[in-house]
Amino acid sequence: MALSTLGGSANTTARVEQEIFKQGRDLRGSAFRTIMFSALGMSILVLVVLIIDVFADGWPVLSTRLGDFLSGTLRSQSSDPLLGISQGLVGSLWIAIFVIVLSFPIGIAAAIYLEEYAEQNRLTKTIDLAIRNLAGVPSVVYGLLGLFLLVSSRGGQSTLLAGGVTLAILVLPIVVITAAEAIRAVPNDLRQGAYGVGATQWDVIRTQVLPFAAPGILTGTLLSLSRAVGEAAPLILVGAITGRLAARNRSIFSLEQLDDRFTAMPIVIVGWVQESARDVGFAAAAGAAIVVLLALVIAMNSVAVLLRNHFEKKRG
Amino acid sequence: MADIGITPEPLGGRAIDAIGSITVEALSSPAKRARKEKAIRTAFLLAALVSIAISVLIVLSLVREASVFAFNIDWRQTWGQAGWFPRQGVYDIPTILVASTIVTAVAMLVAGPLGLGSAIYLSEYASTKTRRFLKPVLEILAGVPSVVLGFFALFFISPQVIERVGRNGWFVIGAVIVIAYLAIVSAWLRKLMKRETDTPLSVQLKRVAVLTGLVVFGLILIWWILRVGGPAEVADGQSFVKRGGNLAAAAVGVGILTVPLVASVSEDALASVPRELRTASAGLGARKLTTTVQVVLPAAVSGIVAAFIIGVSRALGETLVVFLAGGAADAARFTDSPFDGGLTMTAAMASLATGTDNVVGEGLTFQSLFFVGFVLFILTLFLNLIAGRFVNRVRERY
Repeated sequence: MALSTLGGSANTTARVEQEIFKQGRDLRGSAFRTIMFSALGMSILVLVVLIIDVFADGWPVLSTRLGDFLSGTLRSQSSDPLLGISQGLVGSLWIAIFVIVLSFPIGIAAAIYLEEYAEQNRLTKTIDLAIRNLAGVPSVVYGLLGLFLLVSSRGGQSTLLAGGVTLAILVLPIVVITAAEAIRAVPNDLRQGAYGVGATQWDVIRTQVLPFAAPGILTGTLLSLSRAVGEAAPLILVGAITGRLAARNRSIFSLEQLDDRFTAMPIVIVGWVQESARDVGFAAAAGAAIVVLLALVIAMNSVAVLLRNHFEKKRG
Repeated sequence: MADIGITPEPLGGRAIDAIGSITVEALSSPAKRARKEKAIRTAFLLAALVSIAISVLIVLSLVREASVFAFNIDWRQTWGQAGWFPRQGVYDIPTILVASTIVTAVAMLVAGPLGLGSAIYLSEYASTKTRRFLKPVLEILAGVPSVVLGFFALFFISPQVIERVGRNGWFVIGAVIVIAYLAIVSAWLRKLMKRETDTPLSVQLKRVAVLTGLVVFGLILIWWILRVGGPAEVADGQSFVKRGGNLAAAAVGVGILTVPLVASVSEDALASVPRELRTASAGLGARKLTTTVQVVLPAAVSGIVAAFIIGVSRALGETLVVFLAGGAADAARFTDSPFDGGLTMTAAMASLATGTDNVVGEGLTFQSLFFVGFVLFILTLFLNLIAGRFVNRVRERY
């Protein structure tokens, strides 16, 4: 900017020299830097305030009766000593099982196909486009799919099976995209080396590609798992129970409940937030439930991020 | 590469055991090997086809029920009604469209600057060490479930932020928005003025049309800010927030949820700008600020536009925050003020489905759910496709 005026009058030369050799700070530059940093700082501050606020709201419950709260069930009064989140925890656990059993194998297999087998043709392009678009579909629309396919076509009874399958479908594109990225990062030399000693394509994938891509794939699966556990909108659509859900004495893993009405952690929170308009005590219960949910979700995300950073650093 | 693996030549040597379980026996029966390879490939292909099947099922389920609604509804009943009362058969589409627009716009006012600013800091200024520490924090924010933000918007943002803004605060915000708008428009005008003068008439006419549009939009913006007039005044200790949330609080919550997405997509765009552009700019004597604003940002502009579009699409589809903190139960009156309660498209769907096992109500209530879902699906699909174009543009250039 300044140099373009070089060769002008003595006056401009002096100004240019002053511009170049000027002592002191670049005020506009540091102001800009500060503003950009404050944007990031604000975002982080919001996260901190959010966590503090939720803790403060849930503290009356967390500090006095955490054990009962974890083992209790949905109740109609917030003062009920048996009020708690056990049904939500069981529901969320089952949703996680559905995601692990359905989305992980199908998603990783699809990623392997796209990265290792697929030729550049229209089918591949269509699959790729479908996955990218599915990843951008609002979660509530997946709820409509679940409602249509798994609930209303079966007489309108909402079941844990419907909720679990819906969320497994919801996170499938995330699993595919992250796994595909991890597989793409595998150096080609590894593949060529294995082919060179006579390995078949499946041997190459099994012995070279998957072990190398495993940390990246694991990161993606953890992120998708935490997404599924925190997601509420599709479950509301397929009819998860927000109000009272009769407590039954069943083992956590009994398969009977797959065909029964259900709830999940985020749905419990939704229900209690709504109840708090009638009975203020539910706000504290919702806060406490959020602390439990956040602990689960943030733990999964942190492990995922740490894992990725660890391997990124190691492989430079 | 695929060709190498499927039909390998059987090798005579014995030194193949190096890799795991590849044995001489396996290699000596190539037909069996090829068959196995083919079966595995087919299994993987089937897994990949699941995504197409899901896409088809989504479209089918939406179209089927939405068309029932579209063919049976009295379309005069969907415009100019008092509000969105699905259980009574009153479906005023502008009510939920305007609410969605308000929430998305306010959310982007939060997410746009915060997300882009964070991206610029992380990509251009932060040292590797700071980056390694700060970026995960942003990623944790990205992982916060939307129910949590809904709770936060209802119990914190609404009473502690929105209520405190008051009328004066609203006009300050409005003034900032108008000034920012004027600054952008005048910067664009100045850039046009600087260019050569002999532009063809058609281009000039197009510019005049765009300018007229911008002026009209600016006037509407000013009229709307004055009309809304800020949150209702707190009268005798009874705050308006006690009714439980409003669109503005929900929108700020949605905005917070959208920040990490906008940040990460814009950061990718900034990172894809070649280093050479920065070093060349510095070599010409430009300061860091000049390099960032006049070289890096223009080079990454497609990606940043894509980040904003993806953010809009995400904000439009966000459900739980508005459902919990939007200040309306299962029905809403028409409003164009962010300080009233309202239902966005997504919240309207969620509220219809809660409380009961089945969606009950007047004849088409169940189908209205799918109709709104279909509209939402088309809108977000459209936005995502455009965003994909912009992302590809950056990739192709560098």
